[in-house]
Amino acid sequence: MTIKLGVPSKGRLMEKTFDWFGKRGIGLRRTGSDREYAAAVDGVKGVELVLLSASEIPRELAAGRIHLGVTGSDLVREKLAAWDSQVEEVELMGFGHADLIIAVPKCWVDVDLLEDLDAAAAMFRNTHGFRMRIATKYHRQVREFLRAQGVADYQLVDSQGATEGTVKHETAELVADITSSGETLRANHLKILTDGLVHKSQATLFRSRKAQMSDQERLSLAEILKKIS
Amino acid sequence: MIAKAKARSRAAELLAFFQSKGAQAVEADILQPANVLLDLYGEDIRARAYVTSDALRGEQMLRPDFTVPVVQMHMEHGAEPARYTYAGVVFRRQEADISRPSEFMQVGYELFERENQAMADAEVFCLFQEALSPLDLRAATGDMGILIAAVRGLSTTDRRKSALLRHIWRPRRFRALLERFSGKIKPPASRVALLQAEDAMQDASPLIGLRSRNEIITRIDALKAEAETPPISKSESFILDDILNLREKSPMVLERLRDISVDMPALSPAVERLDARLNAMAAKGINVDALDFEGSYGRTTLEYYDGFVFGFYAESRPDLPAVASGGRYDALSRVLGQGRSIPAVGGVIRPELVLELEGQA
Repeated sequence: MTIKLGVPSKGRLMEKTFDWFGKRGIGLRRTGSDREYAAAVDGVKGVELVLLSASEIPRELAAGRIHLGVTGSDLVREKLAAWDSQVEEVELMGFGHADLIIAVPKCWVDVDLLEDLDAAAAMFRNTHGFRMRIATKYHRQVREFLRAQGVADYQLVDSQGATEGTVKHETAELVADITSSGETLRANHLKILTDGLVHKSQATLFRSRKAQMSDQERLSLAEILKKIS
Repeated sequence: MIAKAKARSRAAELLAFFQSKGAQAVEADILQPANVLLDLYGEDIRARAYVTSDALRGEQMLRPDFTVPVVQMHMEHGAEPARYTYAGVVFRRQEADISRPSEFMQVGYELFERENQAMADAEVFCLFQEALSPLDLRAATGDMGILIAAVRGLSTTDRRKSALLRHIWRPRRFRALLERFSGKIKPPASRVALLQAEDAMQDASPLIGLRSRNEIITRIDALKAEAETPPISKSESFILDDILNLREKSPMVLERLRDISVDMPALSPAVERLDARLNAMAAKGINVDALDFEGSYGRTTLEYYDGFVFGFYAESRPDLPAVASGGRYDALSRVLGQGRSIPAVGGVIRPELVLELEGQA
């Protein structure tokens, strides 16, 4: 049997992951046609490459169907409850940087900190009769963050895309979204709260705490971990 | 399967006990409209309750407790005074601890009574004590009304008081606000800059979103007024600390609070209510000299208790949550009653925990 390594199946994340392992003496490559999700591993025995969507890798790790997996640390925190009891961070890989942040309209000159947001939310609810809306697709992380920070009187509204536009269209009062350069936020007249960083995400190699292993698989895993450490 | 059946029949016994004390048995829907619970508890309830939906009714929640539907039912067509009891499953989403059940039974007793609140508190507490007496549990008590009265009694602005009251169930934010208002923490640099700016609204363009220019100006004015308000005095913030740190037998607490209310007379009515409650409990045979009281008790539960709070714990099993808990929730009926309100007090027992302690689970 083999150690299963889950890697994002397309795009820059896949290429950078291949490079990262390549530099550490583990060759990952796709085989067959461009459209076929088949792959091979060189340089280490007993390892099988599984190409998956980055957003499915947390679930597969938690179920123990793959032993190792590369995905964004934000996705693991979003998709898994009590994530660190289900998976373990092996290596931060140094690419795929993105910050999950809370951003409000730039015209809110009175709101710079979460405590301002909380106070503004209370006044907003009194004025408008409903709780201030935060557009996001990162519900769990944003909710846990705001609870820990003691922000009340808000509601999360789901936004799976074009989140920065929701404020202008008045379907939300502020947003919680991933940004790398802040360019899109600025273009949409939004600003990041000074203490509004929910999570600093990057591509990370995770190990499943749930996957079963034979003695032979344990040896393969140890060999991989030795090469990359 | 057998455990479930046992829990059900133990719950039926407890229900019968409350019925024998004059309570009317009621039922509640399992699916509750999500918006009512969300407006009451905020977004945090999503982490604790199961949310489901359909295309017609929208979001529904599997009931996380019975209190809200029972209060709603009473506000719609209840006569006064009223005593209700119920038994059924509640659902709690678990995200951190897999060993905690996501569905369990609750048997409750709720008393809606306008006239003698000390008697009502004592009645509910004594019924729970009686129902649980063979288990030899420790009773914990507190009174959110004392803390609320102390905040209202501060010699400072109404705006500060309502900010503190709004966060009374969030100890961290409450503490941060109190330190800010008493001058222990300096205002943040961005606020100082905003208040010093000649024209604060200069950068407020383009105006986007629903929150209007007027709302922003209103908040800046409020911040200006806040900056000019003198800090809450040391002696008054000590009083709040004193109350939060109380942890003694009830008569000692009463004595201490009497001393405190010499410095803060606004506290007196709440202290007299505590005294009346202890007397009512003693008259019903409770040994109040041995009754524990904690000033912070009830601050981290679902945020609707605003007076007497209690819980019963098995000291031999610190791993178990409270076997029973309850309290007074006068404000809840005001929120749900659309203009009407009635004082209410009640609590729940968890029959599965009772069985576990009885060695039958």
